[in-house]
Amino acid sequence: MGTLLEVEDLTVWLATRNGPRKAVDGLTFRVDSGEVFGIAGESGSGKTMTAMALLGLLPHAARTSGRAVFEGRDLLAMKPRELRDVRGRSIAMVSQDPSTSLHPMLSIETQVTEHMRHHLGVGKSEARGRAVELLSTVRIPDPERALRAHPAQFSGGMRQRIAIAVALACEPRLLLADEPTTALDVTVQAGILRLLNRLRQERDLAVVVITHDLGVMSAVADRICVMYGGRTAEIGPRETVLTHPRHPYTRGLLDALPHPEGGAATLRPIPGSPPSLGAVPEGCPFHPRCAFAVASCREERPEPVPVGSDHRVACPPDPLGGEA
Amino acid sequence: MSVLLEATGVAVEYHRTGAPPLRAVDHADLTLSRGEILGLVGESGCGKSTLGRAVVGLQRTAAGEIRFDGRPVAPLGLRRRPAGLRGLQMVFQDPYASLNPRRLVGDQVGDGYLLGGTTKAEARRRAGELLERVGLPADAVRRYPHEFSGGQRQRIAIARTLAAEPSCIIADEPISALDASAQASVANLLVELVRELDMGMVFISHDLSVVRQIADRTAVMYLGRVVEAGPTRQVWSEPAHPYTKALISAVPRADGAGVLPVELPGDVPDPSRPPGGCRFHPRCPVALPSCAQDDPPLTILRDGRSAACVLAK
Repeated sequence: MGTLLEVEDLTVWLATRNGPRKAVDGLTFRVDSGEVFGIAGESGSGKTMTAMALLGLLPHAARTSGRAVFEGRDLLAMKPRELRDVRGRSIAMVSQDPSTSLHPMLSIETQVTEHMRHHLGVGKSEARGRAVELLSTVRIPDPERALRAHPAQFSGGMRQRIAIAVALACEPRLLLADEPTTALDVTVQAGILRLLNRLRQERDLAVVVITHDLGVMSAVADRICVMYGGRTAEIGPRETVLTHPRHPYTRGLLDALPHPEGGAATLRPIPGSPPSLGAVPEGCPFHPRCAFAVASCREERPEPVPVGSDHRVACPPDPLGGEA
Repeated sequence: MSVLLEATGVAVEYHRTGAPPLRAVDHADLTLSRGEILGLVGESGCGKSTLGRAVVGLQRTAAGEIRFDGRPVAPLGLRRRPAGLRGLQMVFQDPYASLNPRRLVGDQVGDGYLLGGTTKAEARRRAGELLERVGLPADAVRRYPHEFSGGQRQRIAIARTLAAEPSCIIADEPISALDASAQASVANLLVELVRELDMGMVFISHDLSVVRQIADRTAVMYLGRVVEAGPTRQVWSEPAHPYTKALISAVPRADGAGVLPVELPGDVPDPSRPPGGCRFHPRCPVALPSCAQDDPPLTILRDGRSAACVLAK
């Protein structure tokens, strides 16, 4: 597996009333081809802004620094025109809510064929044939008829499958899926997760899954990056991060989950709430909520350092090191 | 334990122009005792919220009977809600929509006391106490909802409910609009309050793992009906209905094992045209030929469990 995307020291400033504020702060990760890479974190942790920065879809007046090398070219240095050729073609996106990501007034055919006609110059009838194939790949029953229908005629799960078909139209190498199952029921979610996994295997597609749901992470991701306050808290292989977390924040997220066997009568939340944009504390962004914080956590910004094979953690006191 | 809330054979129809009425809830049964948390789960569109609204009287029923503390629950009309129903209250899903943005938090929380016949000053004082009880600073009384985060707003909404001194709370997806860390703490708060004030609570949620953690009993709904009910522990360890089994195995676990959740094929059918026979039979992995004809009623099994399936023992 080669490296498909290499993000180095990505920083995103968003314009706020009080001047520019960092939404993403020095993020470094790589995505190999054919792998599912998960980005986890609560709302406001910077996970969606990371995806938007890669696609050049940040809000107006946002600024970025760092590098994001995709197939040898730096996405952050591209001109808008060059980026337009990449977006929807080699990098595609699936967003959280299929009822807003699909156009309500356009037929499914128009939406599924739009990208291939624009990017690949495919003719109308050929595009239609490919659209039928795509819809059957994502398991839409009766694809011929579905092409003539409109989004409102489908359930939420079916719409998300159609949105995935739209994203796959130009056979992208990388799919960015931002909370792809959050709006769906668990039974439907299971189907979408299985679909993403099958696509990854059959098409050698790399998928970046952004979610706050560690159960979803555990089901599909090969490697996981846990973000907090725009920074990497912990990054490593799925099993290591979820069974032997080394960062107190990852531990806290896992402890806050309902226990798989029922058991204890109450949930164990992390005290406090995540920082808002522009109010990220000095030092380690997690220190005000951390049970293990020491004096140095208030002053020094921890950088993720290697603690095991392919496992990096930004917590110098390393209170969980002994457990691992 | 005495029965606090009892719904039998409840049906709710939504009337639509140019189409037959949609039966969102069709002969659903529920019972809730004092001091008990009942988790009501199911996929979206199964009618769980409609049933929740019907039992507090926010939704007119087409059939069935709902009794709270022995008195029948009448649907909300133009007249004042009967005083006997003051103890039956609801917590809504979205605290951004359920609080009035233009009224002080203290005034909104104090409404329940005013209805109980207290003076304005007294209502405000007690609103402050309630806000402290739900974990907010006492000065929240003089602030507006927009000054609070989602989790804090839901605490305000809960305090507002408590001011009516309820003995029974219907909480409709009370934590699903909140952030992960706020979810756990608001769920904990509700559980604490139920135990401390000896109330009953129906906790409506699509999040099965939270229900498993906090509910004493669980009721599973499918297409307008309760298909299984029983003590949470037993329902989870040995589900009697194939639908319950499918729901449970679709929940992904954060154990790092990389196991894909099990898929339940098909979508929830259109409730205006439910399938004949057992409503679950088109999606059921263990359906018998007879399931296409016979509609199984919710049958009592043992140990306080019940299920609507011919295969359930």
